[in-house]
Amino acid sequence: MINDVFPNVNWDSMWEASLETVYMSLIAVAMTFVLGLILGLLLYLTDKGNFWANKPVHAVTAAIVNIFRSIPFIILLILLIPFTNLLLGTMLGPSAALPALITGAAPFYARLVEIGLREVDKGVIEAAQSMGAGQGSIIMKVLLPESMPALVSGITVTGITLVSYTAMAGAIGAGGLGDLAYREGFQRTQPDVTFAATVAVLIIVFIFQTIGDWITYKIDKR
Amino acid sequence: MIALRQLSKIFRTPTQNITAVDTMDLTIQEGEIFGVIGYSGAGKSTLIRLLNMLEKPTSGQVSVGDKNMSELSGRELRKARQEISMIFQHFNLLWSRTVKQNIAFPLEIAGVPREERNQRVNELIELVGLSGRGEAYPSQLSGGQKQRVGIARALANNPSVLLCDEATSALDPKTTDAILDLLTSINKQLGITIVLITHEMHVIRKICHRVAVMEEGRIVEQGQVLDVFRNPKEEMTKEFVKQITEPEETMEAIEELLKDSKEAPVVKLMFVGEDAEQPVMTELIRTCGVSVNILQGKLSKTQHGSYGTLFVQLQGEPENVEAALRFLEDHRVEAEVLKDDK
Ligand SMILES: Nc1ncnc2c1ncn2[C@@H]1O[C@H](COP(=O)(O)OP(=O)(O)OP(=O)(O)O)[C@@H](O)[C@H]1O
Ligand SMILES: [Mg+2]
Repeated sequence: MINDVFPNVNWDSMWEASLETVYMSLIAVAMTFVLGLILGLLLYLTDKGNFWANKPVHAVTAAIVNIFRSIPFIILLILLIPFTNLLLGTMLGPSAALPALITGAAPFYARLVEIGLREVDKGVIEAAQSMGAGQGSIIMKVLLPESMPALVSGITVTGITLVSYTAMAGAIGAGGLGDLAYREGFQRTQPDVTFAATVAVLIIVFIFQTIGDWITYKIDKR
Repeated sequence: MIALRQLSKIFRTPTQNITAVDTMDLTIQEGEIFGVIGYSGAGKSTLIRLLNMLEKPTSGQVSVGDKNMSELSGRELRKARQEISMIFQHFNLLWSRTVKQNIAFPLEIAGVPREERNQRVNELIELVGLSGRGEAYPSQLSGGQKQRVGIARALANNPSVLLCDEATSALDPKTTDAILDLLTSINKQLGITIVLITHEMHVIRKICHRVAVMEEGRIVEQGQVLDVFRNPKEEMTKEFVKQITEPEETMEAIEELLKDSKEAPVVKLMFVGEDAEQPVMTELIRTCGVSVNILQGKLSKTQHGSYGTLFVQLQGEPENVEAALRFLEDHRVEAEVLKDDK
């Protein structure tokens, strides 16, 4: 029955492409989380009135973040081809998409992190200072835990953007569902393959969203 | 215990310089509850934040115990701050932590081992009357309970000083009194010096031993609470004292009476200490042959004794009224005959 609706779909390669997409997205989410957190903290801490208030560093970080956030992802992919080649020796396969995925998503997430950190009550930071907490303790025990729901919902949004980025990365040969939809679906005029790949992407997005929302709900005690 | 010498704090903003604390000298004794009262913008918060260096002084010195706070290095200052705790108007609890975890927070910072930490947390929960709520999150607590967590957290590292920045201003009157009682018992039981700032005279009256009245960064008057109540010198102090002794609606009613009080004067009587608790009025009526129309009366307890005010209208023959006023003078009761201003 299902083969009547999707006559041209090879389910094995569809499954494989899904796994590639999930693989690319998960690794990219993990690395974006770390890099974005560091950048976001840097943006926050160097801002006026905070621990490492430093106008030049803040301005430069903000400029880099804004520039990379503004470059359309498809162009970023092409721009990074030489860099990826240098790093991995190839520009084909799921791993080859990672540098571009992370470069594209981390600045976006960094902004979300910064916004989340700004929401932390200054009074609570002050209370920690009044107890004799140093900057390290305040970052680890106050800033990050108190902004955790924002950090998690931020990474959920970023993760979903990453899934769509992986589809674009497929167009330059990174594999995954985007690749499948483009080569098997579009180039060989098999719309049912494109359609099936779209459904698969939607399912992955839905799963990401549900998990993210659930964690946010669990840790938000406000 | 705490000494300020020529302490100033000037905030420099692009448009102007704001002198929040102005060349202040102040000494606070060990073990006392010292209150600072003033209107909004007087510089109270700035003053209390200077005590633990949350604000750096522009000039002058702050010493707490044997430490000169402004000369401490970063690490020494953090160590010293464990001795000087603070509680806040808006509690400033970590909402991501349970009550127990919040109280454990300063212990974690001080590097207390887990075993000892848990034990201390349990003691503190008991002390502030939060038994059974240890696993709750701050969002599940009432304002009064949150402040109890704040107090437990502040006491965790056995501080010698507790700073209270408007600690009861966000609470209703009943909860305020419960928190003030808790602070009094902490002061008595643990001998902790408490510095509190407020804009409510009620708070000063109820728990403070000494009070300083602050205006535009300066202390305009200070002394024992009972003395300040009995004999306020500055206009500002009188206003604050009136918050307690002369409720506004009474004054309006009395003003009405004053309009036709030619024969029967309205007198404001002030009793202090022992006298406040003796039956002076009964005797007055008996010996002077006047009738006394009681308009309003109030007895307030301070940490050093009672303080009462009574508004009465004396009715009788002019010479008897005269005699009554003399009688009051002889009995060390301050009497002020109120006049119609208009
Ligand atoms: N960080 C700051 N920068 C500039 N001005 C400040 C700063 N903090 C306080 N001030 C100013 O210093 C003065 C005293 O403020 P402070 O907060 O100490 O008053 P307060 O007596 O605590 O008032 P309130 O009862 O409203 O809390 C005010 O004029 C305030 O605007
Ligand atoms: Mg204040």
